[in-house]
Amino acid sequence: MSVTATAIQITIDGRPVEVAAGSTILEACRSIGEDQPTLCYLENLTPVNVCRVCVVEVEGSRTLVPSCSRLVEDGMAVATDSVRVRHSRKMVLEFLASSTDLTTADPVVAEWMDHYEADPDRYGPAAPPSDDRDSRATGHHHVSDGLAAETVYQPAKIDNTLYMRDYSKCILCYKCVEACGADAQNTFAIAIAGRGFDARVSTEFDEPLTNSACVYCGNCIGVCPTGALMFRSEYELRRADLWHEEDQTVTTTICSYCGVGCNLELHVQDNRIVKVTSPLDHSVTDGHLCIKGRFGYEYVQELGDLATTPIDIVLAEARTK
Amino acid sequence: MYTVDPRRTTSAAWADVWLGIDVGSDIALANTVGHEIIAAGLVNQDFIDHSTAHFEEYKEAVREWTLDRGEQVTGVPAEVIRQMAHDYATAETAQICWTLGITEHANATDNVLALINLSLLTGHVGRYGSGLVPIRGQNNVQGGGDMGALPNKLPGFQDVEDDEARGKFEALWGHPVPSEAGLHISLMLEAMGNKEITALYVIGENPAQSEADTAHTEALLDGLEFMVVQDIFLTRTAEMADVVLPAAAGWAESDGTSTSSERRVQRIRKALEPPGEAKDDIEIISLLAERMGRGWGIPTAEQAWDELRALSPMHAGMSYKRLEELGGIQWPCPDEDHPGTQFLHSWLWEDPMPREPAPFMPTVWVPPIDELSDEFPVRMTTGRRLDSYNTGVQSGGYHSPLRSGGIIEIAPEDGETLGLAEGDIVTVSSRRGAIDVPVYFHESLRPGLAFMAFHFPDEAAVNQLTIDAWDPKSGTAEFKATAVRIEKVA
Amino acid sequence: MEVPATASERDAVDGLLGPPESGWDGAQRTARDGRVSFGGFHMAAAQRDLLLPALHAVQSEVGWISRGALDYVCKRLGVPPAEAFGVASFYALLSTEERPPRVAHVCDDVCCRPHGATEIVAALEAAFGPAGTVVDGATWHPSPCLGQCDRAPAVFMQLAGEADAVLTRTNGEAVVAMLRGESVVVDGQPATVVGDLLLGRMGTIDPTSVESHVANKGYEALRRALEMGSAAVVAEVKASNIRGRGGAAFPAGIKWEAVANAPEETRYIICNADESEPGTFKDRVLMEGDPFLLIESMTIAGYAVGAQRGYLYIRGEYPAATALLQSAIEQARTGGYLGPDILGSGFDFDIEVRRGGGAYICGEETALMNSIEGLRGEPRNKPPFPTQHGLFGKPTVINNVETLMNVPTIVVEGGEAFARIGTERSAGTKLFCVSGAVATPGVYEVEMGTTLGELIDRAGGAVGDLQAILLGGAAGAFVGTDMLDLPLTFEDSSARDVSLGSGVVMLFNESADFPDLLRRVAAFFRDESCGQCVPCRVGTVRQEELLARHLTSGRPLDRALLGEIEEVMKDASICGLGHTAAIAIRSAIDIGLLETV
Repeated sequence: MSVTATAIQITIDGRPVEVAAGSTILEACRSIGEDQPTLCYLENLTPVNVCRVCVVEVEGSRTLVPSCSRLVEDGMAVATDSVRVRHSRKMVLEFLASSTDLTTADPVVAEWMDHYEADPDRYGPAAPPSDDRDSRATGHHHVSDGLAAETVYQPAKIDNTLYMRDYSKCILCYKCVEACGADAQNTFAIAIAGRGFDARVSTEFDEPLTNSACVYCGNCIGVCPTGALMFRSEYELRRADLWHEEDQTVTTTICSYCGVGCNLELHVQDNRIVKVTSPLDHSVTDGHLCIKGRFGYEYVQELGDLATTPIDIVLAEARTK
Repeated sequence: MYTVDPRRTTSAAWADVWLGIDVGSDIALANTVGHEIIAAGLVNQDFIDHSTAHFEEYKEAVREWTLDRGEQVTGVPAEVIRQMAHDYATAETAQICWTLGITEHANATDNVLALINLSLLTGHVGRYGSGLVPIRGQNNVQGGGDMGALPNKLPGFQDVEDDEARGKFEALWGHPVPSEAGLHISLMLEAMGNKEITALYVIGENPAQSEADTAHTEALLDGLEFMVVQDIFLTRTAEMADVVLPAAAGWAESDGTSTSSERRVQRIRKALEPPGEAKDDIEIISLLAERMGRGWGIPTAEQAWDELRALSPMHAGMSYKRLEELGGIQWPCPDEDHPGTQFLHSWLWEDPMPREPAPFMPTVWVPPIDELSDEFPVRMTTGRRLDSYNTGVQSGGYHSPLRSGGIIEIAPEDGETLGLAEGDIVTVSSRRGAIDVPVYFHESLRPGLAFMAFHFPDEAAVNQLTIDAWDPKSGTAEFKATAVRIEKVA
Repeated sequence: MEVPATASERDAVDGLLGPPESGWDGAQRTARDGRVSFGGFHMAAAQRDLLLPALHAVQSEVGWISRGALDYVCKRLGVPPAEAFGVASFYALLSTEERPPRVAHVCDDVCCRPHGATEIVAALEAAFGPAGTVVDGATWHPSPCLGQCDRAPAVFMQLAGEADAVLTRTNGEAVVAMLRGESVVVDGQPATVVGDLLLGRMGTIDPTSVESHVANKGYEALRRALEMGSAAVVAEVKASNIRGRGGAAFPAGIKWEAVANAPEETRYIICNADESEPGTFKDRVLMEGDPFLLIESMTIAGYAVGAQRGYLYIRGEYPAATALLQSAIEQARTGGYLGPDILGSGFDFDIEVRRGGGAYICGEETALMNSIEGLRGEPRNKPPFPTQHGLFGKPTVINNVETLMNVPTIVVEGGEAFARIGTERSAGTKLFCVSGAVATPGVYEVEMGTTLGELIDRAGGAVGDLQAILLGGAAGAFVGTDMLDLPLTFEDSSARDVSLGSGVVMLFNESADFPDLLRRVAAFFRDESCGQCVPCRVGTVRQEELLARHLTSGRPLDRALLGEIEEVMKDASICGLGHTAAIAIRSAIDIGLLETV
């Protein structure tokens, strides 16, 4: 079955690199240990190339190209650190940081911001949260005086016991929509709605999740890069200042429910499971789980669960023991 | 994709075609499909000639299963059965996947054989992308079988009655191993009834709630002289036990392996300390052995696994190291250079055949045991819900927004006929018992068909209604077909 | 969870899709429905392209898309409701919030703004209150350019249960009356149309009659093409050197050749009639004046590249052109000019009209394809290009209306003859949409190479003291009078760092309020960004804010930061909208238009 892929010669920042035909520029970069920043890209999802933080300069191309999805071509000369690349990456990071709450984003984002000298403050003070982001008319907006920088800040949505959605932190990377849709769960409970700066992730008519097609697989949370989507357990612990990632262990094991054999990564703090994820690179389900694998662990906990006791109380008790 | 199910499930809505057969008419459907494939000249004759035996007998057996008769028995329009038969036969690759709707019947084994016959007829077996796929409902039920938790097998599916195989175990263990097959659960319950079994050691099962005809099972368990339950929960069965041995949760509180539906053996790892006095199963059994005067120390999970590898050829190549590196290995894996086996039965395509050809096994359709009558006019079937699991002792531990609780679902038309509103409490009676539950309407059901999940035995003890008639070959009870009556509680 | 649709909502959908076939897609449940259902994922995917037409059907019948209506559409088509909502909420002409039956979309864009729109808005505010206020079954909203700049000011009326209408050269009184349900005389005055080659038949043929088309040499080119054979037609188009008239100026022959040589059998032709670039109205004038020629052109294109089907995607604000084209297609079918075995040649081809929903971005070719497919009108990353992976993933030729309408001449007169018109690198004539402060606004056809000044003279010259010209549309640039000597060719415009774009030549005199106009341009791009990629989604907002900050608070304009924003939008956006969203504003600043405050 194995067909030897044709090798393609390209250069990356002047270094000659040989990669298989059909590889992306990102894969070629990674093959020589030159990772590129990515936000909307994930190994187990179809590239949507919307965040544009991974752009690189390809000789002869009028515009920069997204390395996550652009395929290599023979003789391609790629620059990953040119003035244009650095500028675009800086601006993308500034745009996101000035419009979105990145406090729970992957810490590597802050490193990139330092590296590219992104300064989100130069757009002015952040505009306050608004509560109408789900009902704005498409193609129209309120014209501001420009003194504050428009943001996506808005109240968090907490409509069920398992998830919370804080779209103040949403960078619209489309990953959750892909994971809910054809890339993994095929449930299609959420989609991108609206347009332009008012584009957002939404159920139909902004219905609560409990009134949507959601099956609570948590795969959207599993792929969210900013913490906009969070398990209630993590959210409540963070609110109670009891989330201590540095004290957590992560152990990979197999789900105790059906026969698919999904790999679970149990995040354990104080001998309690506080979060379940799944390795993206495992062939059984490529990082995706169902509601039972994702949430059905409470029965091995020593103390009560969210159904009856708020988790911050549960964990506070555990800590004082 | 075709979905065959009495109910129009989510999978059925996703499929290109849904066939809403009558509960228990699976053999009728399979035989009709077989008949149509033969009649339309769509059999894979080369495969039949090369790889199978007894085709003529099969052909004879399905002769009566014309499309018309198929429609009459299954309720599905003949032209739809015909289309499925043609699509299956002419597909480049095709799989038949099934789960408990096929196997929780009194003729479960025949149901499976009827499907196997179709794969033999078309050659949709033993090739990449084609095959027969029984989807396991539990994470390690395959592993249980692998490890010899079957009445007639030693680990690695080696026959207890095979002297050579058994001899290996006896030599390593330094102790004789019984040479006769034991009893499966349905026979064990019978044996309890006859007082042939008076003591029981239950590990990780809840028969008091999971078996059909609960009242009868509870009486049998009550009648035991001595019962030990080793479990992570104080289950209903554990409550009835003389001794309870608290165990560690296998998947999160101990090390070991688990085998998934696709025969993939994967590592499970300890992430949590078990609570209180709970102990790992290996430790409990080792300590018991020590108390019984036969101590072997307390081996680690890996040591126990390496012993298994020495005795079970299909596991021999699966060191912990390799399981780790490869992300699990599918058996058989006879040595440490073997990559594992992606699909089985490829030998059917070898020339010459390394084994005897695969025989067609003609099957005879019989209706469900629990017949519909004027008194019990509604066919009730049972099943699972996405967020719940078995008797609910595990899945009941988390708060799911999807949880339906113990309810009965019926067709909207039946609701109207019976003068019911959603949420009304109804009495559901069968020939064995009666329970009161709220009723809801669901468009996936047609008139005369009702559905209950079996996850909520405390709220809706559905197995007080089900019949304990069981399949003589597999020992599985007919959970799927119960005749009931539904009445509004006054 | 599912909400029932009202009878009128169901009727609107069934009117498009036909009655439902089973209980599973919306009919009364029968015994058979308890035994079998068909559909599932594959059928849903196969019908997905009917989503936008179905949403349009509900919108135009009921005036908005309720939860029940959306659920019914989803049930009929197998589309998940969240996805359908995502599509419905993408378009400005579709409303997922309850909306009254009469809605006026008042163009307040750069051309109408100084030509009467401000007065209309004032009248509406007085009569109804601020935009969006509902009074007695009517409301109003501002709108981006409606493609009626030659007849400014313009208002597009959405009327539930009735045909949509366009008011041109209108006024506040008329709009208020129409919103109150009174009958109003709609200005039917045609635009000024001057030209010989493409526009030669304008006014002499009857756009409602295929006979008239045939009597005026109609279908000669198609017959000629069928005689020549498809390869020869492609060769002539290549030889003609014609470049795209939609704005990108890509050689049409190269696209045709690529699709004609594609390995896949299923191929499509798309006519891009989503003319939404502010200041552009030439395609509307062509379609309203000569619809049969466009249908014939598409048929020739389909024949040349081996396509079986063509789609004509027309902007939703062009109801008159849409009706004329639909009628033209039906007449062509009846006459054997479309459908199976066209003119006995054995060539089968048909055309479907698809209406846009109020989204500038859908003029971008890949966004347009996604829109036809029933997805959100978000542009795709390129490569792959439409010639390889276009509509429904198949090789596709997509050409602008004007480009296609040159094809019959090329076929009849020959590619070389066409190439001799204009300049070496800009063959043929070009239509320009001259509007604003000019004596006679209209569509002017000139040979490529004519200077900007000569073109303006043809239109009777500027009115007042010409300050600036918006050349190429909102995606183009403001230029000063020093550009009047610019020969209108692709090469000359490119050499002087401007673009002909879609042929917009909008004149502004001393009365123009440039800061206000620039804010309108900035608002336009913010409103019309699809929101997919970060540089454009946020960049258009930050650009507007910087401008507003300067103009409202008097703080100095941060030109450096504006430049940085322009750079990232140009370099890192997915599509042309982002690439060009800063040009007009920057060019205006460059020539000092902002310093007049």
